Amino acid sequence: MSDQSYLSLEKLTLAYGDSVAVADLDLSVRRGELIALLGPSGCGKTTTMRAIAGLLPVKSGNVILDGEDMTRTAPNKRAVGLVFQSYALFPHLSVYENVAFGLRLKGMKGAELDSKVQSGIASVGLAKFADRKPAELSGGQQQRVALARSMVMEPKVLLLDEPLSNLDARLRLEMRTELQRVQRETGVTMIFVTHDQAEALSLADRIVVMKNGAIEQIGTPEDIYNRPTSSFVADFVGFENIFALEGGGLKTDNGSVPLSVAPGLEAPSAAGLAWRPRMVTLGTGPFRGTVRGTSFAGHSREYLLDSALGPIKAEVDASEPVHVSGSDLSFDLPVHKAAQLSRIA
Amino acid sequence: MTARSLFVPTTLFLLATFLIGPFLIIVAASFSAGETLSFPPQGFSLQWILKVFTVESFRASFAMSMFLAIGGTAAALVLGIPASYALSRYRLPGAEIIRTIVSAPIIVPGIIVGLSLLRYVVVPFGVGITLALFLAHTALILPYAVRVVSASLDNLRSDIEEAAVLLGSSRLGAFFRVVMPNIKGGILSAFILGFVTSFNQVPVSLFLSGPGVRTLPIDMMAYMEIVFDPSVAALSSLLAFLSIGIVFAAERFLGFSRYV
Repeated sequence: MSDQSYLSLEKLTLAYGDSVAVADLDLSVRRGELIALLGPSGCGKTTTMRAIAGLLPVKSGNVILDGEDMTRTAPNKRAVGLVFQSYALFPHLSVYENVAFGLRLKGMKGAELDSKVQSGIASVGLAKFADRKPAELSGGQQQRVALARSMVMEPKVLLLDEPLSNLDARLRLEMRTELQRVQRETGVTMIFVTHDQAEALSLADRIVVMKNGAIEQIGTPEDIYNRPTSSFVADFVGFENIFALEGGGLKTDNGSVPLSVAPGLEAPSAAGLAWRPRMVTLGTGPFRGTVRGTSFAGHSREYLLDSALGPIKAEVDASEPVHVSGSDLSFDLPVHKAAQLSRIA
Repeated sequence: MTARSLFVPTTLFLLATFLIGPFLIIVAASFSAGETLSFPPQGFSLQWILKVFTVESFRASFAMSMFLAIGGTAAALVLGIPASYALSRYRLPGAEIIRTIVSAPIIVPGIIVGLSLLRYVVVPFGVGITLALFLAHTALILPYAVRVVSASLDNLRSDIEEAAVLLGSSRLGAFFRVVMPNIKGGILSAFILGFVTSFNQVPVSLFLSGPGVRTLPIDMMAYMEIVFDPSVAALSSLLAFLSIGIVFAAERFLGFSRYV
């Protein structure tokens, strides 16, 4: 087993009946890494997670964990933990018994069991609640019970389904800190599924962006945020002005519009270019646009422009001069700031 | 008071009288000191209540009814729990048809069920009376068992089973460790509902009863054709109080009405 691929998915294909949900997916996860599977609903992220857990049979391909082929291993023999989005606590059992459940099945009992369960409950700050039933806990507390219940089993991989999406803003920060602490203290490999890019950016070591059952891009949060490689990822992380390149110019509905490349710079060879609204320069540049709408956003002001390129979204500091709706102005899409896309959907 | 404000209380009173009145008459009649079943009762005595316990055929038919109610309900649950589980957890081809077939005995009038069982099952295959009654009662209770158990399964998230499996349990183990304890209330409710349904069953039992083997309600009808004394009223009262007691206990301890 190499440390580079503690968990490997090789040419993984998953299907519900005849409809393929994930096709030929390859992914290597390092030991101790925190990975986010990011994408809109229906992209196959949850399906992939369920296949890693063994809850969904694999159609073809392999799941290798810690040097062992787990593809056909039953889910109860995999040493993979899963914190469900709904937490899935056993409603008839106390917090203590929920956490003890898996350990008892392993045959652990007596003082060893008790000390493990107690320290598991204490580690998520719920020592006082050991005798409560799940229904008597808040959502955040239930989630921490679910986390403790999985973690006392010392899983090789901990999977989390939308771990922050059911929590309010304050609890979200608390849980994010909690997950980072667990990862730091135990070194467990974690994979979490989310549709929220902010969640993925703030928590993950690496982000796997998925779309239609395939990986769109893998990279660090900085890579994904600053250097999206496809129009899908660019759009997902807020590059709202996306253009395909055609004959050295930007492709629009009315043909190709030539780019202005600053002297000394090479013309881009990518399939497309994308700009965040923040990257658009107003008041100067080779393009002309008409202000269609504007809105004040505190520290900045957002504009929607109509231009020969189609609609353009721009965002400038609130301290800049205001352009009223209907006014004509020039703007620039600086090529050196653009994300270079190799794939345009 | 206006006519409008009297309308609701009056309606309620009439409705209650209509529903509970006959029952009160039977209870009153069972304490009669007279020789025939009559209302208002003549005098007061416990003789007919006591007589119920001395009639040999009542004892035998009571035992038969108890056997059918308990055994039939248990059998219906053994079939019904897995059926409910499959119907609620898996997308089965023809699930709707199965649901319909399972609930058919509720929809088809008992007299038709009884007649067709007698004509097309019991007589041609020479099925014994006790076995025929047992099978018929099981079939009659099954719809209730499936319905009540399904209701409590639908209230239970299925991902707790997956959670149990990922913590090391087998699929079957997960069913017994985390599903059964959480649908216990539904199963007990189904049991009580099945028990009462079976115990009060007349039309089907009427066709299937035979010489020496009868359920209690059938035996009471036969008794009344020969002897018209208040002991039948006394027995009816006793049974009614037994049913009321069971349902009250169920509601008190299990929240019975949540499931039916």
